[in-house]
Amino acid sequence: MLSTYQYPKFEYRRPPELAEGRAASEGRYPVVVVGAGPVGLAAAIDLAIHGVPVVLLDNDDTVSIGSRGVCYAKRALEIMDRLGCAEEMVRKGVSWNVGRTFFREQEVFNFNLCPEPDHHRPGMINLQQYYLEEYLVRRAQSLPNIDLRWKNNVIAVTDHGECVALRVETADGAYSIDTEWLVVADGARSPIRHMMGLDIEGKIFMDRFLIADVVMKADYPTERWFWFDPPFHPNQSVLLHRQADNVWRIDFQLGWNVDPEEEKKPENVIPRIKAMLGDDREFELEWVSVYTFQCRRMHEFRHGRLLFTGDAAHQVSPFGARGANSGIQDTDNLVWKLKLVLDGKAPAALLDTYSEERVAAADENLMNSTRSTDFITPKSATSRTFRNAVLGLAKDYPFARALVNSGRLSVPSFLVESRLNTPDSEVFAGHMVPGAPMDDAPIESAGGEQWLLQVAGNRFQLLYGMPDAGDVDAATATACAELAAGAIPVETLVVAERGQAPAGLRTLVDVKGRIRERYDLKPGTCYLIRPDQHVAARWRSFDLAKLRAALARATCNA
Amino acid sequence: MSLNTDPNFFTPGKRYFRAFSPGDDFYEALIDMHRELTDEQSAMVNARLILLLANHIGDIAVLREAMKIAREGA
Ligand SMILES: Cc1cc2nc3c(=O)[nH]c(=O)nc-3n(C[C@H](O)[C@H](O)[C@H](O)COP(=O)(O)OP(=O)(O)OC[C@H]3O[C@@H](n4cnc5c(N)ncnc54)[C@H](O)[C@@H]3O)c2cc1C
Repeated sequence: MLSTYQYPKFEYRRPPELAEGRAASEGRYPVVVVGAGPVGLAAAIDLAIHGVPVVLLDNDDTVSIGSRGVCYAKRALEIMDRLGCAEEMVRKGVSWNVGRTFFREQEVFNFNLCPEPDHHRPGMINLQQYYLEEYLVRRAQSLPNIDLRWKNNVIAVTDHGECVALRVETADGAYSIDTEWLVVADGARSPIRHMMGLDIEGKIFMDRFLIADVVMKADYPTERWFWFDPPFHPNQSVLLHRQADNVWRIDFQLGWNVDPEEEKKPENVIPRIKAMLGDDREFELEWVSVYTFQCRRMHEFRHGRLLFTGDAAHQVSPFGARGANSGIQDTDNLVWKLKLVLDGKAPAALLDTYSEERVAAADENLMNSTRSTDFITPKSATSRTFRNAVLGLAKDYPFARALVNSGRLSVPSFLVESRLNTPDSEVFAGHMVPGAPMDDAPIESAGGEQWLLQVAGNRFQLLYGMPDAGDVDAATATACAELAAGAIPVETLVVAERGQAPAGLRTLVDVKGRIRERYDLKPGTCYLIRPDQHVAARWRSFDLAKLRAALARATCNA
Repeated sequence: MSLNTDPNFFTPGKRYFRAFSPGDDFYEALIDMHRELTDEQSAMVNARLILLLANHIGDIAVLREAMKIAREGA
C-alpha cells in the first residue's frame, strides 16, 4: 500500500533512574502521565504550561499508526490554541463546516456546524491522527519541564495513599518511581485500569465497519458526505471525508456477519470503492482496517491518586468524532484543578469535580453517539421502518430533517449541573450560563486584533463590561487589584467599546459587539471565568464579596 | 390550524443547548417503546399510539393533511 506519511521514530534514552551510580529512588515526582497519545500529550503540555514538571511515559516510540482519528472539533482547536498547537493543525488540516446526508440517490439534509460569523476556529478540521500527535510531540519536546520517555512500559502501579509507585520496564531494565499524582492516558485497553482491577461498563455494537484511507485527486467539496442505503452499497451506510495530503477516509458499514480478514483484502476493498467512485477514478489504498465499536465508561474517573482520562476512561462509537475530542476536553478540565491541588490552594476534593464534570460530559457523548449508532444501524425491522420514514420525509419536511441522525458531531458540554457553578440570581439572555463553555468573539487589545479565546484561559479571569473602559471607577479598580493579588489570582479583562481601563487592568475592545451580544453583557456585568474557559458565575454588577465567594466555590474552598 | 411540519419537540421545563437534542430525545423514546417487541406487537403498538395522538390533536382537517402526506410515502 502507498504511503503519504513517514512515521517518525522517537529516540529512547536511558532514564535517569537507571543511570550508572544513581540511587534506586529519585524521590517523588509531582505528576507522571502514562500514555503519549493525543490525550496524554495534551495533559503533559498543559501541566508544563502551568509550571508543573511532568514525566510522560509511553511504551512505543512513534505516533498513531494507520487509520484512527480524523475530525477535530472547534472546541478541541480552541484548547489546542491554549496549548500552542492549533495553528499547525489548521494549516495542515482540511477545514469544513458543512455536512450533507443522502438517502439512496437524493440529498435529504445538510447542516452547518458553525452558522454564526466571527468565531476564530472552524466547526471542524480533518487531519490524520499521526499529524496531530506529531505536532503535540514537537510542542512537548520544546517545553523544558516535560521529561518525555519513549519505550518506557508501565508494568505495575500501586496506590500507597500518600503517593503512587510505578514499575517501569525499558531496554536497560526495570525501575521504580513514585509520584504524587498519576494521570492515566493509556488508551482504550488501559493496562493500568486492568492492573487496578477497575471496571468499565457499556456495550459493544454488533456491527463492523471497513475503514479505508485512499489517496486520490478529486475536487469534491470539503464537506462531510454521509449516505444511507446508497445504490453502490445497498442497505448499509457510507461516510466520506477529505483529509490532508489528498487522503480520503471512506467508512463502509458491513454488518456483523462478515469475516474481517476477508473484507480487508485489497481484492475485496477495491471493488467497493470503484462502485462508489466509478471505474475511471484513479486511487491507491493507503490503509485498510475493519473495526467494531464500543460505547462504555468507567464509573468514576478519579480513583485515589489516579486520574483516568481519554479512551482509558471512556469510549464512544466514532459517529460524532467524540473520542479524541472529548479526551482533550478531559485534560482541559483536569489540569488547572491538579495545579491548584499541587500548590496547596485547593483541597483534593476539587479533583472529584473533575470526575463529576467529565462523567457528565462522557454520558452526553455516549448518549449522542449511541443515538447516532442506533439511527445508522437500526436494531429491528420497526426501527428500520421509522428510520426510513424519517429519511423519506426529510426532503420536504423540516421537522424530519432535524431527526436525521448521521452523527451529532462533537460539541463541548454545558456543565450546568456542576457544584463549582454559582447559580444565577439575575436574569440573562443567551446561552452563557454558569457551566457554559465560552463563546468566542473578535477583540482588539494591546496585542492587536485577536480573539477572546486567545486571551481567556490558564487562570481565573473576570470579564467586566463597561462601554468606556475609562469609566471603571477607582474603587472597582482597587478591588480588581486585590483580586489579582489573591492566593488564587483573578485577572480582570475590561470589555469595552472604547477607551482605556485604569492602570493594571487589561482592556479588550469588543470590536464587533459580539461579546455584548453573546454574553448579554450590559454595563457593569461581570463574568467569572475558569482557567478552562467555562463560565463559573455572573452578575449584573461588580461585588467583591460575591466574586470571592464564587471563586471559593469554583475551587472547592467554600 | 394547519399541520405543523417544522421542528416542534420540547420537554417542559428543560433547557436545551443544542438544536438536535429535543428531536433526539423524542426519537430515542419512540425506538425504546418498541424494545423487545415482535414485529406484530410493534405494529399494534404503533396503531395504538397513532390513535392516542390523533385524539389528542383532535382537528380532523389537520389529521387528514397528515394522513395525505403519510400515504404519499407508501
Ligand atoms: C477508525 C477510528 C476513527 C476515529 N475517528 C475519530 C475522530 O474523527 N475524532 C476523534 O476525536 N476521535 C476519533 N477516534 C478516536 C481516537 O482515535 C481516540 O479517542 C484517541 O486516540 C484516544 O486518545 P488517548 O490518548 O486516550 O489514547 P491512545 O491514542 O490509545 O494512546 C494511548 C497511549 O498509551 C500508550 N500506552 C498504553 N499502555 C501503556 C503502558 N503500559 N505504558 C506506557 N504507555 C502505554 C500507548 O502506546 C499509546 O501511545 C477514532 C478512532 C478510530 C479507531
